[in-house]
Amino acid sequence: MKQQSSRLFGGLSHVVLVLWTIMVVTPIVYTFLNSFKSNTEIFGDSPLSLPQSWNWGSWGRAWETSRIGEYMINTIIVVAFSTFFTMLLGSMAAYVLSRYVFRGNRIIYTLFVAGLSIPPFLALSALYKVVDNVGLLGTHTGVVIVYVAFSLPFTVFFLSAFFRTLPTTVAEAAMMDGCSHTRTFFQIMLPMAKPGLVSITIFNVIGQWNQYLLPIVLLPGDRQDKWLITQGIANISTSAGYEADWAGLFAALSMAIIPILIVYVVFQRQIQTGLTAGAVK
Amino acid sequence: MRRGRPAPGAVRKWGFIASFLAVPLAVYIIFFVSPNLQALQLALTNSRGISPDFEYVGLDNFTRLLDDDAFWAAVRHHGLILLVMPLVTIVIALFFSFLLNLGGGQKNGQLRGVWGSAFYKVVFFFPQVLAVVIVGVLFQAILNPQKTGILNSVLGLFGVDPVGWLINPDLALWTLMGVMVWQGVGFYVVLFSAGMAGVPKEVFEAAALDGANRFTLFFKITLPLVWNTVQVGWVYLGIAAFDAFALVQVLSVDRGGPDNSTTVLPLEIFRQTFTYYKFGYASAMGVALVFLVLTFAALTLRVTRRERIEY
Repeated sequence: MKQQSSRLFGGLSHVVLVLWTIMVVTPIVYTFLNSFKSNTEIFGDSPLSLPQSWNWGSWGRAWETSRIGEYMINTIIVVAFSTFFTMLLGSMAAYVLSRYVFRGNRIIYTLFVAGLSIPPFLALSALYKVVDNVGLLGTHTGVVIVYVAFSLPFTVFFLSAFFRTLPTTVAEAAMMDGCSHTRTFFQIMLPMAKPGLVSITIFNVIGQWNQYLLPIVLLPGDRQDKWLITQGIANISTSAGYEADWAGLFAALSMAIIPILIVYVVFQRQIQTGLTAGAVK
Repeated sequence: MRRGRPAPGAVRKWGFIASFLAVPLAVYIIFFVSPNLQALQLALTNSRGISPDFEYVGLDNFTRLLDDDAFWAAVRHHGLILLVMPLVTIVIALFFSFLLNLGGGQKNGQLRGVWGSAFYKVVFFFPQVLAVVIVGVLFQAILNPQKTGILNSVLGLFGVDPVGWLINPDLALWTLMGVMVWQGVGFYVVLFSAGMAGVPKEVFEAAALDGANRFTLFFKITLPLVWNTVQVGWVYLGIAAFDAFALVQVLSVDRGGPDNSTTVLPLEIFRQTFTYYKFGYASAMGVALVFLVLTFAALTLRVTRRERIEY
């Protein structure tokens, strides 16, 4: 009797889990398939069927009109710099704040962490003014610096907690041997903090890659050559070139999804750890 | 030892601290702290665009907010999202993570997840990695109101008439919440799974040996033990309920429509800033949003505080 109810429960759980799997996978598979179809096929009687022929023409058109490749290169450049500097500056600040006693430490730490509870929307107009005043509106440099500033609260918060968990003895021994503060940080503490650094780097790369609000504030419509990938994607559904070209739209969308899918499949364990890192603490 | 002349080691230490803090602090203050403080100031002015000429108007912007229908619609929508979306996400995610970690019954006296649980976790988490913008454009096609829209054509197989997922004002916000749940569940499955993995297996096994059925195992054992993680999830989802900007901007009809039926405060702030250039008024709305978020966070921390279970 118990065996039977157990088997029934097991079966039902699989039904539910498979159903959710289908819900997650279908939209993505549907996007890939539709990129090869003609409009009549897409809006035909069986939208879920396979395309009649694998027509790559839409991919070429999408590459031209959506400028996805160009935006992706822009985004790679911006995110590479912004994540690098977020990690460098964030770990420097977190290290000093977590391992040194000095006057003002608590105030500075609180100032950083307080940023966690402020939604980015409060500062929209003021941020626009500030970036405009320093002449960085519409530039990738401006985006990089603002990304760093907006990523510091979480990075400093997380890495401070991480540095506090590391043993002090190794660093003290190095200092005894005449190693400078700076060298101790770069050659001893950073390697020891690697697991934490990896998690938070992944967190920042994905967060900054997917960022949408800050680019549309800082890289306005007249600087389309500077746009980032999220702006390009948001634009493909409204831009004129796609009015009659649904396959092109789906191809452009596929081009944005595939790199992420590949990176995710390869690094899924690290990505899951990285993204949930802040919450598990 | 003479006063006023610190030891060379101390000088080096101070120099090191200053040199490590100077740049991060400068970047943070100039591009994060100062815009936020300026926003508090702007909220009291009639500032328009980047023009340096503006006057202080006291609390006028805030009194105007009280008469702004779009503002109140947005606040109502945040209330509804806050009531529905976190709860639905957490219930589904808790159920899934229970199945995936403990639902497989016992083998050799050990509780396991159902077969294939590693695979399910990988698939469920994927939407979380996609930019909200991608999800938005993806669902535009899926939720197409025609009978050939993918969801409508699936429902059509069961004889359901085409549904105007995003064009029906009574339904649109619910549809958007559905998309948020779709994207978010996987993250919380992984989060709660980590919470369950942190509980020693013996606790579950002892309960199972004592004849606890799955129902008891879930509600009496698992839920109290992962309550802390659920609370963290609740705060995350609550904060997400006050955002929703990218999804509404990309997926909804007319950015917040139809007829303001899906608008949210971040979208109104963005509109006031970059469509009407009412920087002062937009900043006042920003202050209102921060006030709501902080109130939510404070209330949550008060209400959900519980004795931590030691194990």
